[in-house]
Amino acid sequence: MADEAHSEGGGLEFHPLDQFEVHRMFGEGPIHWYTVTNVTMWMAIAVVCIVLLLVIGTRKRAVVPSRTQSVAETLYGFVYTMVEDVTGKDGIKYFPYIFTLFIFILFSNFLGLLPMAFTTTSHIAVTAILAFAVFFTVTILGFVKNGAAFLGLFWVSSAPLALRPILAVIEIISYFVRPVSHSIRLAGNLMAGHAVLKVFAGFAQVGLVVAPIAILGVVAIYALEVLVSAIQAYVFTILTCVYLKDALHPSH
Amino acid sequence: MADTPVETGAEAGGAGMPQLDFSTFPNQIFWLVVTLVVIYLILSRVALPRIGAVLAERQGTITNDIAAAEELKQRAIEAEAAYDKALADARSEAGKIVAQAKADIQSELDVQMAKADAEIAAQTAESEKAIADIQAGATDAVKAVAKDTAKEIIAAFGGKADAKAVTAAVTARMKG
Repeated sequence: MADEAHSEGGGLEFHPLDQFEVHRMFGEGPIHWYTVTNVTMWMAIAVVCIVLLLVIGTRKRAVVPSRTQSVAETLYGFVYTMVEDVTGKDGIKYFPYIFTLFIFILFSNFLGLLPMAFTTTSHIAVTAILAFAVFFTVTILGFVKNGAAFLGLFWVSSAPLALRPILAVIEIISYFVRPVSHSIRLAGNLMAGHAVLKVFAGFAQVGLVVAPIAILGVVAIYALEVLVSAIQAYVFTILTCVYLKDALHPSH
Repeated sequence: MADTPVETGAEAGGAGMPQLDFSTFPNQIFWLVVTLVVIYLILSRVALPRIGAVLAERQGTITNDIAAAEELKQRAIEAEAAYDKALADARSEAGKIVAQAKADIQSELDVQMAKADAEIAAQTAESEKAIADIQAGATDAVKAVAKDTAKEIIAAFGGKADAKAVTAAVTARMKG
């Protein structure tokens, strides 16, 4: 997958975006929708890790938990509390969906931090599907639960009457921008972080003076990326909860 | 990030960023949907009910344990009260027994003392009588010796002792 065209120039070689390339795992040829690619592999690894933590780790059902079970319980409690606090009691039944999103994003982000790994959540195709799935689900749910009253979300009844149409336009625009910001925030954060890591790693081949600084930079950015991985999974999830709350309780 | 020019010549789209290579989108979307469905099924069928049950069970156990501890504490307090009461009862009982024993001992002692006193008094009287007899005997003996001695002395001086006069004189002397 490495691009040969750059090696002719000599000197520095930067391929910060090569890590994001989707390629076939087996053989040559075009990538069809069903082709087994590195996307498939890293998503499968995420599934395996999730099963290891949440299923194998909790198989003893111990009242006094082991370490792994304790981690699984903490994640469960964390998301459960988030859903309950943000959406209220009637949002609890959507907890499995939200937990699925959270755990997938969390594991994809962290697995992407392994050296040589492919970060599935750094692709806008993936995050856009996640975000639009949330957007359509929440919108449809809003109309099913509240009927036309769901449109009250855009009609700010606490504002002066003259301002309400203007506010409605702004609310509608902001509503439709949600999936875009929701998806680009996640993919952008991860992609930028990983690309910066690669750039620093590229400088590490420069020489005795620059290399140590570059390596320190890699370490620092890596630490930041660990933080970003967790925070972006959290942000994506809590925004999903907020959108869900709007669908369940559209009044301001 | 797009300002770093990287050609992905191998890809059909030829876009600068792999993220914008639309030819891989169907593949990613397909596998994403598969992954999400698999995760959702595993979580909703196995993992989440299990973890929820474990947490509920733990909560139940904790609640039960707290209730049991509360009950045990109550029982401990009751046991302590019962112990204190038993202790106080035992103390008062012991006090009674001690008083009773003291009274018994005192009366026994009084009886014995009285008996001893009587015996001592009897013996004292007897002794006094004996002493009086001895004293009386001794006086008589002294009187006899004195008479005899006086008679002998008078005889030695060549006089004739008048028995009556000697006796009267000795008696008078001994009184003096």
